[in-house]
Amino acid sequence: MRHTLAVLVENNPGVLARVAGLFSRRGFNIDSLAVGRTENPAVSRMTIVVEGDDRTLEQVTKQLHKLIDVIKIQDVTVDEYVDRELVLIKVNAEPSQRGEIVQIADIFRARIVDLGRRTLTLECTGNEGKIRAFEESLRPYGIKELVRTGKIAMLRGSRYTGVNGKEDE
Amino acid sequence: MEITAAEALVRCLEQENVEIIFGIPGGAIVPVYDALYHSKIKHVLVRHEQGAAHAADGYARATGRVGVCMATSGPGATNLVTGIANAYMDSVPLVIITGQVNTSQVGTDAFQEVDITGITMPITKHNFLVKDPKKLPEIVKKAFYIASTGRPGPVLIDLPRDVASSPIEFQYPKEIVLRGYKPTYRGHPTKINEAAKVIRESRRPVIYAGGGIINSGASAELRQLAETISAPVTNTFMGLSSFPGDHPLFLGMLGLHGTRYANLAVTECDLLIALGARFDDRVTGNLATFAPQAKIIHIDIDPAEIGKNVRIHVPIVGDVKKVLQALLPLLEKTDRSPWLKRIEELRNLYPLRYERKNGLKPQFIVEQLYQLTGGDAVVATDVGQHQMWVAQYYRFKRPRSLISSGGLGTMGFGLPAAVGAQLGLPGQPVILVTGDGSFQMTIQELATVMEQGLPLKIFILNNQQLGMVRQLQEVYCAGRYMAVDFKFHPDFSVLARAYGISGYTVSSEKEVAELFPEVLASPGPALVNCLVYPEENVSPMVPAGRGIHEAIEWGGD
Repeated sequence: MRHTLAVLVENNPGVLARVAGLFSRRGFNIDSLAVGRTENPAVSRMTIVVEGDDRTLEQVTKQLHKLIDVIKIQDVTVDEYVDRELVLIKVNAEPSQRGEIVQIADIFRARIVDLGRRTLTLECTGNEGKIRAFEESLRPYGIKELVRTGKIAMLRGSRYTGVNGKEDE
Repeated sequence: MEITAAEALVRCLEQENVEIIFGIPGGAIVPVYDALYHSKIKHVLVRHEQGAAHAADGYARATGRVGVCMATSGPGATNLVTGIANAYMDSVPLVIITGQVNTSQVGTDAFQEVDITGITMPITKHNFLVKDPKKLPEIVKKAFYIASTGRPGPVLIDLPRDVASSPIEFQYPKEIVLRGYKPTYRGHPTKINEAAKVIRESRRPVIYAGGGIINSGASAELRQLAETISAPVTNTFMGLSSFPGDHPLFLGMLGLHGTRYANLAVTECDLLIALGARFDDRVTGNLATFAPQAKIIHIDIDPAEIGKNVRIHVPIVGDVKKVLQALLPLLEKTDRSPWLKRIEELRNLYPLRYERKNGLKPQFIVEQLYQLTGGDAVVATDVGQHQMWVAQYYRFKRPRSLISSGGLGTMGFGLPAAVGAQLGLPGQPVILVTGDGSFQMTIQELATVMEQGLPLKIFILNNQQLGMVRQLQEVYCAGRYMAVDFKFHPDFSVLARAYGISGYTVSSEKEVAELFPEVLASPGPALVNCLVYPEENVSPMVPAGRGIHEAIEWGGD
């Protein structure tokens, strides 16, 4: 099963290497990893999607906790959560096809962000299923380039993943 | 008043009550050595950086304090790597300080530059690259705190030369904040109650005690537990010396070269109480047949060890001493004579044994050393057959009296570790039992022994080959011996004399009986080259992939 972990880490140099190194040397598989600063500049947040059974996940969590720079880990998958990913797709678009592609973009609430002589670049956010459907819809036109951010996620409602360990407000 | 960061580092070390630093200087760490010039801290100049790391490790194991070692950038730092990995595997608290090239040169492949924080990431509990000189005192404080608390381990501080030379306003912080590091010391009361219940209900309990007992200083509690609930105790290799070797409840070591009665007791038990141990593959053998009838209580300070290899019925995260102190009042004295009778039966059916023929036997030497020292010596070993014979035949009395490389199995650990142990325990007898293979891997530290005036007693169980690998090739390769036989043998007794150390050679029981008492009583260092029967195997042995109840034996009838 796939789990999405929200991991709060000290924003120290090398922290990404520590986390990535841990996954590779212990043989855990990362599906995606997204990292960025939080509202607190001293803290970064990683969203890590891992594949594995409960036992693997337990080991992943425990081993991550052993890293001194890891402050907090929360498996958001066990709860109600919102997750999003952003994708940029550059797709072949002859002038005659632009209309169709714009329609597809509308359906997915995607945006055209750039236009080339024979290409369109589209931006779309959503969960994994939506991104996949969007990609499939554009595939027939010929995808020239695709880049995605990896998933980010957050608990729903007033609960949150915070440094001081409080999950409930 | 402003001082350099290097001087601040030395003051921090003084504040941490560091007595000894093991190391070798070099270009990038010159400012730190300059700062040490006026310090009371003793610096022990070793002959290879690996020796510095192992000596700091031996010092830490023998004394229970944090060991400190130092080296320069590049090759100095990489030479420490084996020693750091060794300490990491055995949870030994070390603070390692390495010099680094100037910050402006970091990342440019400068002379003697290596990314030592990157290299040591998987083999340190944590590491730091100091970029801001003002942060150095806080980093040192954190390093000692992280190294010595929770599950201990090595912490490395990489200090660029220009940072070391920068002036700072020195103040050693009283407190530090590490929000991502909060070890759990007290076990959960509900789980402790559950453990007490499971213990009360068990009829055939076995205590399986590891290195955590030594790290947490829980030997007295371990003994009290065993005697209260009438449970036999088996040690992991790392746990040896945590329980008296001559205690009637002691089963010796378990696992690959463990006693058959320990392995059979674990196989037959209905409750396994794992204390500060990690279900290492050398202990469990085939997991499918490990303790098949047992419920398992696992007490460990490292939550990641609980449930890693084996399913646990009662997991308790905490310091084993504190958890046992909470658990003991919940238990009452229990008679388990049928189980203890069965243990005696196993002990009598499958004793440790070897044949005293074919010349001098290595097991005999270890037995002699035990008898002559009364189990009172601190024994350092290297890695290989001799190490297992020490584990089997030397009955340790006091915690921290075995100094040996368990997890990493580092040949070459013995001599420098013995140097560190002897420096940490001046006036106490320290013995090194080594093999001719291991000894030649760090033999240069004989110079350190002499330079420091250490009365170390060295016994080489010399079988003129890499005996443990030879044994593996006998069992697994049908006797196709490949690259295990040394074709050239230095005369170790002459070599010892070249260093000014008394050197002897023995090849018979008679010579052992005549020489050993004299050697052990002598005030200075001595080396005894013991020419032993070369084809002796470590027995028993659990073949790869088998359960621990399926050990094979040699030397029987």
